[in-house]
Amino acid sequence: MPYRFLEDVAIADVAFEAEGRVLPELFKEAALAVTNTMVQDLSRIEHKVAKRIKGAAENIEMLLFHFLQDLIFYKDADLLLFSDFQLTIVQREGEWHLHGTAYGEEISPDRHQLLVDVKAVSLHKYQVQKTAKGWRAVVILDV
Amino acid sequence: MPTSAGKIESRKPEFIKISDVIWDLPRSFKHGMRVPARIVATRKLIDAMDLQVYDQISNVATLPGIQKFAFCMPDGHSGYGFPIGGVAAFDVNEGGVISPGGIGFDINCGMRLALTNLTRDEVMPHVKTLVDKLFHRVPAGVGSRGFVRLSKEEFRDEVAMEGSEWAIRKGYGWKEDLERTELSGRADWADNATISPRSVERGFNQIGTLGSGNHYLEIQWVKPENIMDEKLAARWGIFPDQVVIMFHCGSRGFGHQIATDYLTLFLSVMERKYGIKILDRELASAPFLSPEGQDYYKAMGCAVNMSFANRQVILHRVREVFSEQFNKSPEELGMHMVFDIAHNRGTFEKHEVDGKIKELIVHRKGATGCYHPGREEIPELYRADGSPVIIGGSMETGSYLLVGGPNAKDTFCSTAHGSGRTMSRAKAKRMVRGSELLKKLEERGIYVKSASYSGAAEEAGFAYKDIDDVVEAASQAGISLPVVKLVPLGNVKG
Repeated sequence: MPYRFLEDVAIADVAFEAEGRVLPELFKEAALAVTNTMVQDLSRIEHKVAKRIKGAAENIEMLLFHFLQDLIFYKDADLLLFSDFQLTIVQREGEWHLHGTAYGEEISPDRHQLLVDVKAVSLHKYQVQKTAKGWRAVVILDV
Repeated sequence: MPTSAGKIESRKPEFIKISDVIWDLPRSFKHGMRVPARIVATRKLIDAMDLQVYDQISNVATLPGIQKFAFCMPDGHSGYGFPIGGVAAFDVNEGGVISPGGIGFDINCGMRLALTNLTRDEVMPHVKTLVDKLFHRVPAGVGSRGFVRLSKEEFRDEVAMEGSEWAIRKGYGWKEDLERTELSGRADWADNATISPRSVERGFNQIGTLGSGNHYLEIQWVKPENIMDEKLAARWGIFPDQVVIMFHCGSRGFGHQIATDYLTLFLSVMERKYGIKILDRELASAPFLSPEGQDYYKAMGCAVNMSFANRQVILHRVREVFSEQFNKSPEELGMHMVFDIAHNRGTFEKHEVDGKIKELIVHRKGATGCYHPGREEIPELYRADGSPVIIGGSMETGSYLLVGGPNAKDTFCSTAHGSGRTMSRAKAKRMVRGSELLKKLEERGIYVKSASYSGAAEEAGFAYKDIDDVVEAASQAGISLPVVKLVPLGNVKG
């Protein structure tokens, strides 16, 4: 399974594990897990808006952290939720760079079955690892 | 045996029993502890706490400048960095630190309690209409926006700097509300030069919204047998069968962003610049008197102001709804505030430690400020009584109004903030469907309207400790004493 919610890692918060064969896949799965924390059925989020995404960090861990944090920002600032992503991740001059597009639409309480609001990505137990199959991340969201 | 740094204990540690409700973890529990950890709880509550609590509270005990004990309140459960229910005070003149993870992402999240002069019998026929109206007037859930339209500049320069004073100036409330709000509804240390444009963009449209998760707005009543301190209840305007309004919310996306901004900043400077080593990245800290520490404190003050303004605007909406429904002005309905008090904040306070008055930055994360009679933090109106304390329960079990007790000084004037979860959200959701739960509650006379069925299931009463046990433990310890228990009639759930 590309992402799954973990039951007994965080009592008051939401924990998930995401996997991907390559980094863009890992980032996409983790992003979908964040959206799926807030919306029951991702297929109900239509691709009406394409948002340019950009980021840079000194390592992959923090690149993913800032990327997920950006999605939480767009949820509050622009009322946008995303259900698909096209991402490119490269390492350049010792820094990791992300660019691409997120596809989604404005939150509609009538159409989207809304769940719980995400406040932030926590760094508690946060990890991104290279595995035999590709990449794996464990993330706890403050809700 | 001391555990290795950061490793989670797989069995309950050996506590030193100080009394029936005070249990210590000595410094030998974990390498690097500067002070012991102290849990305020009955044996029953300790046994129900998840083991990560002890790992997290002993991590807190390793932070520079910590005084006396790293405390955990009776409603404690694991969080990140600090446990929820964690209290720690750091001496700012001895390199004491400030840590965003000791305050929480929802800065100044808190409770407000307001009165009516209506009785249960008068309100019962209107409960459904009231709850439905409140649900529309006080938006809740993911992506909700408030009715107040203001520019980013007004938010940044006025709301973030003035808190409730801004709201009163705009006509959202009564002047007397300020006298019944902690800090008079304004953190005077706030400085908007320390906040990011991102934080403003996230929050400026959210004034007057509840948020989600465990946030709620409740219509409650005073069951006559639930009045525990008749004299004080009467003095604070509480009478048998009365209907009151309580709500729980915070600084919304604005506070969440400020916490995130400074968590990442602290991580980048903490070890390199200040040589602080921590056992969990969520404990990222900087000395309170460092430039970074001061900036965070001032930015946190802005979020404190947003949350007071938010709760002030919500109260205004509640008064409007009741006024429309009963065809009387809010003044005629006696809709005075009792108090507004936060449970997620770092506050600069003076306390006596080993016979010496020290300047401390007191962190309370899911712990309520609770001051014994006479303390200068208490508004004049209540100073002789002790500070009013509001502990919110689950939507099924009820909540409490309490007063700061004689031993409040023993916990740096802190007590519990809620019932405390014992079950994960995912598990609660598997145990009950939201729609079923709301139906059952309605049969029991509690009408709930929620932005999310699934969210409602996550907040089911069985996912929490028994609030009566939590209040009893704090009361036995003498830190806060119950005045009245308030039970729900109707609930708007975020």
